[in-house]
Amino acid sequence: MQQFIRQLAQENDFQSTCLLKILRAIQARYFHIPKAAIEQLAPILNIPRTQIQNVIAFYSFFHFEPRGKYDILISSSITDLMVGQKELIAYFAEKLGVKIGEVRADGVVSLNNTSCTGMCDQSLAGLVNGYAITKLTKARIDEIVENVNKQLPLEQWSRDFFKVEDNIIKSGLLLNQKPIQGEALKAALERGLKETWEEISVSGLRGRGGAGFETAMKWHYASEEDAEQRYVICNADEGEPGTFKDRVLLNSYAHSVFEGMTVTAAFVGATQGFIYLRGEYLHLYDKLEAILEDRRKANLLGKNILQHGFDFDIEICLGAGAYICGEESALIESLEGKVGIPRNRPPYPVTSGYLGKPTVVKNVETYFAAANIAIHGGEWFAAFGTAKSKGTKILSISGDCVKAGIYEYPFGTTIQTVLDDCGATDVLGVQVGGPSGTFIANNEFGRKLAFEDLATGGSFIVFNNSRNILDMVHNFSHFFAHESCGFCTPCRVGTSLLKKQVDKIVEGHGSAGDIVALEELCQLIKNYSHCGLGQTAANPVLTTLERYPELYQNMLKKISYEPGFDLDKSLETARRLANRDDAAAHLAQVEE
Amino acid sequence: MNNKSIVIDGKNVPFEDGQTIMQAATAAGIYIPHLCHNPDFTPHGSCKLCTVKVNGRNCSACTFPASEGQNITNVTKELNDDREKITQMLFVEGNHFCPSCEKTGNCNLQAVAYHLGMTDNHFPHFFENREVDASHPDVMIDHNRCIFCTLCVRASQQEDGKNVFAISGRGIEKRLIVNSESGLLKDSDLDVNDCAAHICPTGAILIKRTGYKVPIGQRIFDHAHIDTVTLANEGASHDE
Repeated sequence: MQQFIRQLAQENDFQSTCLLKILRAIQARYFHIPKAAIEQLAPILNIPRTQIQNVIAFYSFFHFEPRGKYDILISSSITDLMVGQKELIAYFAEKLGVKIGEVRADGVVSLNNTSCTGMCDQSLAGLVNGYAITKLTKARIDEIVENVNKQLPLEQWSRDFFKVEDNIIKSGLLLNQKPIQGEALKAALERGLKETWEEISVSGLRGRGGAGFETAMKWHYASEEDAEQRYVICNADEGEPGTFKDRVLLNSYAHSVFEGMTVTAAFVGATQGFIYLRGEYLHLYDKLEAILEDRRKANLLGKNILQHGFDFDIEICLGAGAYICGEESALIESLEGKVGIPRNRPPYPVTSGYLGKPTVVKNVETYFAAANIAIHGGEWFAAFGTAKSKGTKILSISGDCVKAGIYEYPFGTTIQTVLDDCGATDVLGVQVGGPSGTFIANNEFGRKLAFEDLATGGSFIVFNNSRNILDMVHNFSHFFAHESCGFCTPCRVGTSLLKKQVDKIVEGHGSAGDIVALEELCQLIKNYSHCGLGQTAANPVLTTLERYPELYQNMLKKISYEPGFDLDKSLETARRLANRDDAAAHLAQVEE
Repeated sequence: MNNKSIVIDGKNVPFEDGQTIMQAATAAGIYIPHLCHNPDFTPHGSCKLCTVKVNGRNCSACTFPASEGQNITNVTKELNDDREKITQMLFVEGNHFCPSCEKTGNCNLQAVAYHLGMTDNHFPHFFENREVDASHPDVMIDHNRCIFCTLCVRASQQEDGKNVFAISGRGIEKRLIVNSESGLLKDSDLDVNDCAAHICPTGAILIKRTGYKVPIGQRIFDHAHIDTVTLANEGASHDE
């Protein structure tokens, strides 16, 4: 092991910024990060061992204790639950002979739940040793169990397990463009960079990750800063449950995305770019590396690009299972080899980002759009959309509809139009923008996709009338508690309290004051949290409580006070110790 | 000299470029409740007790730069009620039993709670099992009382030139960890005279055999409120 780690560190020039990459390699080889590895790495990377321990503890895909040789994770987002995730993972566990969350005694296999893996249009999905597996059924599970028990190497498994479909159902302005390698970059250089910036400005392109910051302004700010080095980062940490359009863009339109980054770099004066690819998209890594290599050969990356005297290259950095790293400053921290804790702002990344240098961070779709605007001009793009939301938006549609997949619409399109197109009937409501977004009820389908009405990073989950909204709220509340980085008090403690409070109500232990307490807690988390995660973590409760107060009320017991725990169940230990199970050893919660 | 100023609760407060709202306020004798902040170290902005409204928007006073045109509210019922709830969150997250804690009377968490009028814990307790590290001959850690303010982390790095502490884990799993191969304090570089050993605002890091040298009744907050104590201490440390 010592030699392996030494070599690994050497390959990464002993740079602590490469810590995640190094740990990914160690985890893959030893199924955990051995203590000896930490002790060896710390001095050679010149960082305290605690930084390594922090990173291991922070990211879901790193472990102090060995996982199985086959580490299987099953996506447990709401769309997975819709296709029977609980039953299927229980089946999986039974067939494998392992408890969920644990490693089988022989060390061969481990099984656990994981946050949304971005395959909501081909659920049930999961990961085997980091590689995406899709469309899991009992039959597929049987096959996987067989492969695992035979200890068949992953390369020899049927490729069908790992097939990831694009499912582009409706193309529009951008998806209709066939990417031609180098076209956007050449167009931008011919027109002039300043002029291309003006086109971006005219296009009104706003960030596609959800926050909607104007792209031209970010470029402008970053280029204005006095600095020797600047960076361009593509945020491909597509973690918002229900979002998977960036995966499709990177699979089929990667050239355009890289080109958007290169044009950005040329304008702001960056020589180094990063694409922060979520760990769940490991299956795209080799393909993207090959595309980057092609681009280097075609002089679209590297030194003196297209003989225009500027240098730029792109490195792919993989995440390791942390939703918070989609937040731009947490992403930058992660790229620096640290835990993904959002920074205090100001300063903003455009002035002080990666390694303290001006940094432009944009979503995959934003670079994709920017590349096309560089070719076709700002007016071309701005002709679509609304006054405040120009152009088109790519949606990831999943849930109760006939055709889940990728849809592109001009901003301003109504929810009803989208629902008609994807074949959603008997609709109860739609979660627009993922758990951090808004739940809208079926009397609001005239509302529009737009920053000024329903902003979305792309997640669009349809619920029909057979669904229980509280199941969704339950799932999302657990998600946020799991993904909170824990930096600030309101989010760290608040999301866990919120999870407990939602559990209490959903499990039928709520009573009169509990809705008020729930709402109060939500406001506290929303108003005082450090970053967007906390500020939106209460949205699932707030947006459904506003629309369906009776749903919550009906879950409450008709008594004035109900303890937050099951009184009778709590006596279990006492009964066992006393060896009693008679009627007098049981206690009813209240006089019914 | 410049004469730039911000407004806090209707009062003009001068500031210099580069100052945070907290620094300007402290210098002007205005107390903004806080736990993770200490003017001797880089601001952290995590406890969120120092949240003030800047032109209607919530900001952490300890990290947010003061600038012209800021109209800030600090002491309002809304803010103090919410600060109280944030303090209650810290209480239920850990295991804080003031009457049996040797830090009582000298504890910032307890004093802030009194300042905000906190009389109960409001939220359900987590009752987490947390350990005590009594391995070091002179210093002990009671993890039950850690509020993850990182003051010991920062003090060790910035004042002691060491790297004894870190906060590890995600979300509610956060824990203070010690930089030693065994993970125990006795195997770390910590010395009893280090700033990091004395900086804890609660009773999580304690110096052994000193707990009751100052009897209860004669302790810092037994006869003074945290606002006056803080302004006297932190205002002074600013003037250095």
